[in-house]
Amino acid sequence: MSEHIDSLKTYLLVFACLIVLTGVTTAVAFVDLGAFSVVVALGIAVCKMMLVSLFFMHVRHSSRLTKLILIGGLLWLGIMLSMTLTDFATRGVMGVPGR
Amino acid sequence: MWIFLITEIMFFGGMFLAYTIYRGTYPEVFAVASSSIKIFLGAANTVVLLGSSLTMVLAVRAAQLGQQRAIVIFLILTLLLGGVFLGVKAVEWKEKFDEHHIPGPTFHLEGLPDDQQGHAQLFFSLYFAMTGLHALHMVIGAGILITLIFQARKGKFTPDYMTPVDVAGLYWHFVDVVWIFLFPLLYLIDRHMKQPPL
Repeated sequence: MSEHIDSLKTYLLVFACLIVLTGVTTAVAFVDLGAFSVVVALGIAVCKMMLVSLFFMHVRHSSRLTKLILIGGLLWLGIMLSMTLTDFATRGVMGVPGR
Repeated sequence: MWIFLITEIMFFGGMFLAYTIYRGTYPEVFAVASSSIKIFLGAANTVVLLGSSLTMVLAVRAAQLGQQRAIVIFLILTLLLGGVFLGVKAVEWKEKFDEHHIPGPTFHLEGLPDDQQGHAQLFFSLYFAMTGLHALHMVIGAGILITLIFQARKGKFTPDYMTPVDVAGLYWHFVDVVWIFLFPLLYLIDRHMKQPPL
């Protein structure tokens, strides 16, 4: 599928970054950042996801169709999460029984 | 394959959604429950799984370059690391049984009043559902790897025909990405809140 072949060095570098990020996210979990601990933990997770998908899954060299499918999928995931949480967070706001 | 992975994203997405809602509803209980999990094994397992992703991508690279022996070696390494991950997972689950952290009649989480035990059971139900489903994906992945190893030994994969290796790689990396999110959500978040809210 992907014509481009990455060098061994690239993969090892990406792997090293992933390990470092794992260490950072574990260490920072013990620091009290208040509400930001969630943001930092998920931010690092997203960075790791990007590294794995772009390099290990070859998204970097993939066709536009593949990228479109991936972005579309993540968009729908975002819709599912945000819509449900919007519903959940605003229940009872109206003060109407059953709402 | 990408379309399949998108369906998988939605599949796991539902569980992440359930987790988010209950964590938002009972944040203190979830913090205590999450902190009861041993962080070391989880972190070590993350490294193991990332390592297996590295060997997997090297297997794909070997297939692209047509290095027959290297494909087999890297696939076997990936399988071994996946096995280590599942083994550690089994040890972690065993601990949960010993500590009565399995949702059920004998469930008891230290440091929580009786009326909050039920909420803690919710956390562990989600913990087992999410890690269990992830482990199931790993087992399926291991089956795929074993098949590929046999095929690769026969020299089936060449630079012109390596789609099975490529696609198995995508699947394996996807399972890795799921763990990348599970690890902070289940093990890490709110670990700094040491004091149980009594």
